[in-house]
Amino acid sequence: MSRLKSIFQQTWQNLYLAAILIFLYAPIATMMVLSFNSSKSRTQWGGFSLQWYRDMFASRNIMAALQNTLLIAFLSALIATVIGLAACIAINSMRTVPKAVIMGITNIPMLNADIVTGISLMLAFIAFGISLGFKTVLIAHITFNIPYVILSIMPKLKQTSRATYEAAMDLGAGPIYAFFKIVFPDILPGVLSGFLLAFTMSLDDFIITHFTRGAGINTLSTLIYSEVRRGIRPSMYALSTMIFLIVLSLLIISNFAPKKKEQI
Amino acid sequence: MNQPLINLKNITKSFDGAVVLDDLNLSVAENTFVTLLGPSGCGKTTTLRIIGGFETADQGQVIFDGEDISKLPPNKRQLNTVFQKYALFTHMNIAENIAFGLKIKGKSKTYIQDKIKYALKLVNLDGFENRSVSSLSGGQQQRIAIARAIVNEPRVLLLDEPLGALDLKLRQDMQYELIRLKNELGITFIYVTHDQEEALTMSDTIVVMNQGYIQQTGTPEQIYNEPENAFVADFIGESNIIHGTMIRDELVEILGARFACVDKGFGTNKPVDVVIRPEDIDLVEPSRGTLTGICTHLIFKGVHYEMEVTTPDGFEWLVHSTDMCPVGKQVGIHVDPFDIQIMNKPASEDEEAVGVNE
Amino acid sequence: MNKLLRKNLLAGPYLFWSLGFILIPLLLIVYYGFTDREGSFTLSNILSIMTPEHRKSLWLALELSFVSTVICLVLAYPLAMVLRNRGMGRGSFIVFIFILPMWMNFLLRTMAWQTLLEKNGVINGLLAALRLPPQGLINTSGAIILGMVYNFLPFMVLPIYNVLCKIDDDTINAARDLGANFMQTLFLVWLPLSIPGIISGITMVFVPALTTFVISNLLGGSKILLIGNVIEQEFTRGGNWHLGAGLSLVLMIFILISMALIAKYDKNGEGSAF
Repeated sequence: MSRLKSIFQQTWQNLYLAAILIFLYAPIATMMVLSFNSSKSRTQWGGFSLQWYRDMFASRNIMAALQNTLLIAFLSALIATVIGLAACIAINSMRTVPKAVIMGITNIPMLNADIVTGISLMLAFIAFGISLGFKTVLIAHITFNIPYVILSIMPKLKQTSRATYEAAMDLGAGPIYAFFKIVFPDILPGVLSGFLLAFTMSLDDFIITHFTRGAGINTLSTLIYSEVRRGIRPSMYALSTMIFLIVLSLLIISNFAPKKKEQI
Repeated sequence: MNQPLINLKNITKSFDGAVVLDDLNLSVAENTFVTLLGPSGCGKTTTLRIIGGFETADQGQVIFDGEDISKLPPNKRQLNTVFQKYALFTHMNIAENIAFGLKIKGKSKTYIQDKIKYALKLVNLDGFENRSVSSLSGGQQQRIAIARAIVNEPRVLLLDEPLGALDLKLRQDMQYELIRLKNELGITFIYVTHDQEEALTMSDTIVVMNQGYIQQTGTPEQIYNEPENAFVADFIGESNIIHGTMIRDELVEILGARFACVDKGFGTNKPVDVVIRPEDIDLVEPSRGTLTGICTHLIFKGVHYEMEVTTPDGFEWLVHSTDMCPVGKQVGIHVDPFDIQIMNKPASEDEEAVGVNE
Repeated sequence: MNKLLRKNLLAGPYLFWSLGFILIPLLLIVYYGFTDREGSFTLSNILSIMTPEHRKSLWLALELSFVSTVICLVLAYPLAMVLRNRGMGRGSFIVFIFILPMWMNFLLRTMAWQTLLEKNGVINGLLAALRLPPQGLINTSGAIILGMVYNFLPFMVLPIYNVLCKIDDDTINAARDLGANFMQTLFLVWLPLSIPGIISGITMVFVPALTTFVISNLLGGSKILLIGNVIEQEFTRGGNWHLGAGLSLVLMIFILISMALIAKYDKNGEGSAF
């Protein structure tokens, strides 16, 4: 009796999981399929084709946007990681009150609505006299990336025992040597996943870029937005598929690679 | 023994193909304190969880007061559990925790109030009604967990290593409290522990388990004084387990010397295991000893000295005594006949477990 | 002391950065929100929320995001519970699969639904193949809600799942042991213990849904204006920045309320998604 009931329950649960998975992935899968469809129609399969990928790579607009996107993602993640790492080390040894204040500030861009963050940065750039363009997008991305870096590194830094660091100093290592030889290897997984997280967030962002980019430059997100409003072209599907695969592999690396390291 | 309250019949359970319990039979009499004792992984907690209804046995039955409850979910069973890590509801205060089961049963407000008062008094925590769970120490949380269980007036209270997380002194205090509670409430306790001292102190009956089999069931005295096999002897207290030969009834040969004993019926010239507790060994003048050896190790333990006496064949005897014997001194070993416990040798590792599962 | 000071200096760049690009920008919104084009103090930007069209767009945004949040919660809670009860660890691939869309570019996700819902989109194509009449799916409130649920569901699943994973099995067993059936266990134990995650999830869905302009733009057409669309247009189409800032300040009230809720119910950051 009870076994039958639990099998019944299991089946329901599996169906539920499957239904949600379909809901989450069917639209993405549809786009992927359409990206290989030689017909422009969304309902007729005209045969397999890489035509839209060729279109995509031939498009100067798309390639420029891709270049901007990758460059901004890389630079903003890198700079955010450096600033964030330094901040983490300082925050970790701070007293409760300043620590709480800084962590509170860190939370603002994460909890605030993107539209408000975007607008506020836009107003600030104009007030500071910085003309909107590549620079401002980069600064904006660094700004919203730092909190993710800090939140990735902080837990690792807290776990790292003070004792090993002190033991290294006791054995004659200077503080900088001790940090890079003892503490840094410990928090490296956090630093890397912070970097990758920042990279992905940057790739993913549309709203903040939308307000801070000015007229001259596009990232993939802003390009897609303006294209889509005019009607979706199949090369957009090709682009989506590519972005999806890039982000997927980045996430798999950042989620599963550091853990393997810890097991060794 | 009166009619058993709980009867486990042929219980078999495996997890992911690993057999945890194999054809286990156990009966528990009403109003007794029964302890399931064994090393971790022996199946004692699984047994308890099967009684509680948190696991279902692959095969076999759980009979409660003559009724098969194997298929009943935990919320329909007339027993309550005190969990290892207390499992208090952290979002409720103490009174709400204790009232939980009673509210579910739809008891009246005044009844619940009275019960909370009574239970808190019983566990010596009067006035704690409005405290939060997190403000209590481990020992206090454990008492609340007990109070939360007993207000439901279960016929059986299941306790899963409830004192495991407490420090030594507190653990000893709680042991006495549990005995007092059991006597005041008059309900059956089934207690799981790996701590042999806890088991010996509190239980009416001890069930020693290993690798999914029951090794021996008996009173604390029986388990300690008459272990049925080497595992029980080794697990309960410290002991010298020595290979010997049963010459005839009431005479056993150990390490070339013959000792008088009280055991009979092992046949003649049969290899046996001999158990001698360290405190049962008398160190005497070499001339008066059945065996002689040299004291090779001495540690002061507070209540007694712990010594190691090495006999010429190289066997190291563990000896507990209030008299000190300096290292290097030659001594005689004497054991009174009733302090020698003879056990059949297991034919194989496997039989060691199976052979005693009766 | 000297050493500590030197260590604190490492926070310098970050403090400088957050001052320049987090705090000052926010103050600028406040400044713009309370001034007119001549720079003199005014409340009219804030009060313009009371005009019928703004009030309507705010109300619609509240309505749609509320409905989406409820749907997300109803879908996510059982999902998180099943994932937790299957004993899937936090690093497990199955859990990862459910959280993954959270990191996908949400323009792409919205575009995907546009593809499905459009007049000559995939769903209507399938309907035609079944000889059913085409449906007006896109440019409706329903399409916007669908887009919101689709985009933000993982943000509800993750914090709830994280909180549920921290509930000890024995706490649930204790409730069952004390006589609670499944529903009682759910309402007396599971739900109260997962409030930090629920609140965090609600915030993470409600705030972006309330302030979105992309989903409403792509799936709602030009006729359905949410408060986010109004603000966006004020800033990007050469509108009145002061007015846009004023409306943003009104929006910030809702954001602050959710921050306060998180602070109240999720003191230890148990429900945090990251």
